[in-house]
Amino acid sequence: MAVLQMQRVSICAMKKNRKAVLERIQSLGLMEISDILEGDAGFAHMDTANARASFEKAAAQADRALELLDVYAPEKKSLFASLEGKALIDAKVMGEMASKRDALQRTASRIQALDKQIAEKRAEILKLENGIESLVPWMELDIPMNLTQTKTAAVILGTMSGVGAVDDVYQVLAQDAPDIEKVDVTLISAGKDMACLVVCCMKQDAEAVEGVLRTHGFARPSQVWPKSPAEVKEDLLGEIERHKEEMETARQEIVSLAEHRRDLRIVADYYRVRADKYQVLGTLPQSERTFFISGYVPARQVGRLEEALKIYDCVIDVEELKEDEEAPVLLKNSKFASSGEGILESFGLPHKGEIDPTTIMTVFYVFLFGMMLSDAAYGAIMAAACGWALLKFPRMGEGMRKSLQLFFWCGLSTLVWGVLFGGYFGDVVNVVSRTFFGHEVSIPALWFVPLEDPMKLLMYSLGIGIVHLFVGFGIKGYMSLRDKKYMDFVCDTLLWYFLLIGLLLMLIPSSIFASIAGTTIVFPPALNFLAKALAIVGAVGILLMSGRANKNFALRIALGLYDLYNISGWLSDLLSYSRLLALGLATGVIAQVINQMASMFGSGVIGAILFIVVFVFGHAVNMAINMLGAYVHTNRLQYVEFFGKFYEGGGRAFAPFKENTKYTSIKEEL
Amino acid sequence: MSLFEQMGIVYALLGAAIAVLFAGAGSALGVGIAGQAAAGVVSEDPSKFAQVLILQLLPGTQGLYGLLVGFITLSKIGILGGGLADVSVQNGLLILAACLPIGIVGLISGRSQGKTAAASIGIVAKKPDQFVKAMLFPAMVETYAILALLISFLAVNGVQL
Repeated sequence: MAVLQMQRVSICAMKKNRKAVLERIQSLGLMEISDILEGDAGFAHMDTANARASFEKAAAQADRALELLDVYAPEKKSLFASLEGKALIDAKVMGEMASKRDALQRTASRIQALDKQIAEKRAEILKLENGIESLVPWMELDIPMNLTQTKTAAVILGTMSGVGAVDDVYQVLAQDAPDIEKVDVTLISAGKDMACLVVCCMKQDAEAVEGVLRTHGFARPSQVWPKSPAEVKEDLLGEIERHKEEMETARQEIVSLAEHRRDLRIVADYYRVRADKYQVLGTLPQSERTFFISGYVPARQVGRLEEALKIYDCVIDVEELKEDEEAPVLLKNSKFASSGEGILESFGLPHKGEIDPTTIMTVFYVFLFGMMLSDAAYGAIMAAACGWALLKFPRMGEGMRKSLQLFFWCGLSTLVWGVLFGGYFGDVVNVVSRTFFGHEVSIPALWFVPLEDPMKLLMYSLGIGIVHLFVGFGIKGYMSLRDKKYMDFVCDTLLWYFLLIGLLLMLIPSSIFASIAGTTIVFPPALNFLAKALAIVGAVGILLMSGRANKNFALRIALGLYDLYNISGWLSDLLSYSRLLALGLATGVIAQVINQMASMFGSGVIGAILFIVVFVFGHAVNMAINMLGAYVHTNRLQYVEFFGKFYEGGGRAFAPFKENTKYTSIKEEL
Repeated sequence: MSLFEQMGIVYALLGAAIAVLFAGAGSALGVGIAGQAAAGVVSEDPSKFAQVLILQLLPGTQGLYGLLVGFITLSKIGILGGGLADVSVQNGLLILAACLPIGIVGLISGRSQGKTAAASIGIVAKKPDQFVKAMLFPAMVETYAILALLISFLAVNGVQL
């Protein structure tokens, strides 16, 4: 349970060792580079922008090629592929691939070129198909489409709207050009909106005839071929076939290149790591012979870094951080507590001066989650599934492993709560024994059944809420004490404890509490007096001391009054814990509904089969929805109610200079 | 015994119906609103399917809470087990009143939660790493459905037939 202490490490080394030192630091991944010598005269910065850009481009190219391989030659992946994590490879293999990088880069660009080729072919085929489409109405024509004249006659091809038969055209011509006699019209096809015509006339009349027809909506076809439409179609089909074959060849070539998938992944990571290195290299101040590198290193790792760099001629300077320096945050927790780090990170890492609340939060998280889900069978399934995944895929990503660990513990907690409350798939034992075996058997709850005494559980839920809130508030007090702000501790924490504990002690013997709890609790008079005294001391203290930073007495009292109003905040925070009861009831009752529905089909063989179907489906859905509910609402209780009492977050995560790979992780050389 | 004196069980069943009906309608509205937003995100980026599906599901709980109260009521008045309980008019109305909170709050909070979930789906679309925070906003709305559920449940449970 701690935020790791950071130290600033500055290294000055010979320029000739520049790359070796950087690579060593990168492969160790212990240092966040942060330069302090910015803008210092006398130091030059190396311009690495070009080198970096070309590495980044190469990495992007390999990535793109891999994406294309996934499209054309998908890998067989198991359902749990996302849990497998990055493939582990030797540094030696990485070196081998790096030496083959030019060939691999060519492979990558070849894959991209092939994909482009395929896309072009596809567009071409589409164009040809459109051409065929436009030919369909002309199919009956048996002369080349670009024929315009014979020895004496003109041939005019075109489309015209509003024509149903040849007579329509003759009529138009007779009307508007009565003196032209030698005209022959052939109807090739007549569609709904337009007809395709071939009009033959004497050469000298051609212009006049076309002019007349034009005024009635005649138009020449947009595309003509030197062959008859049937032959053209034949040709186009042949061309499409050829394109398709070429596409297939290109596709097969891509598929055959899929064997380089692994190598491409490695080389993509190689380029990525190099790009990072050059990015850092560009920021380092360099003199004629030496270069400097400076950054944050966790204090306990400084020795390892020094050890690793010993072989190079360099000076390593380690210093504590300055007072006002906001160090990056790296958490260090026990194996159990670190599983809750993901939850904490989602809220925000501790900022400077805050303690790391992960351990306490994780304990409560597991406890509250179990209470909300509270079904032994669901808990067992959850823990078993998470445990199996953790054992089966030891190389899964860090974040995923932490989450699964957390849910493993939550599952165990759910199991315990389920046993305490007597929930095993709701009341399946009762239902099955009653329906199929005739006499009802039940597993008694170890503690009590919430459905039979919900008020009791409500009391316990609120009680747990008080503990949770008081612990959070206590951490705030602890931080004041640690920072030697004793006045803050007394005024902001202790007085509130007085007030709240006093009020609680006053509430317990009251008749309201008695009616909720069902029993009357009588305190000795001294305790009653103490309760009143605590509450009054607390209230008066807060009234007077809350606004202590203000000299103006009236304002100070006003601020005190305003602070006292926070008591309603405590009340609403506390009532929020009633969800522990509500969500637990929701799981249990819905599970009972499912069991009841499943048992409606009677006790025969068919009844048993239908029972199993409804049971499996119903409980899968119920479990999923209630796990989601428990997760969301446990988060809420931690973030809003618990953290609201003491924690702000907002720290910056430690981002060391390391090998930021995407597909592989490189085995450390020993 | 006049007809009015026999109406007790009808009122009680009406209560169960209101709990299931309104809370279910609220969830249906909410899940529908969130689903539209979710479909939009998936059409742009199918890899976010699981995340937006979870957010879409969040307003679905009101319907479950309504079902819970309805179920408790049905088993209390004996409709489920066969053999109707003898419910007086007063008790029937008590149960009806007890069912109102989850029905009405379920309807309104389900719809509001759906809108909040749709907005949160917008967060996931732009900043997928902020998923946990996005999930918390709809959960805030749900608190009030939970409070209503508690009161409805305790009240139905508390009516002595």
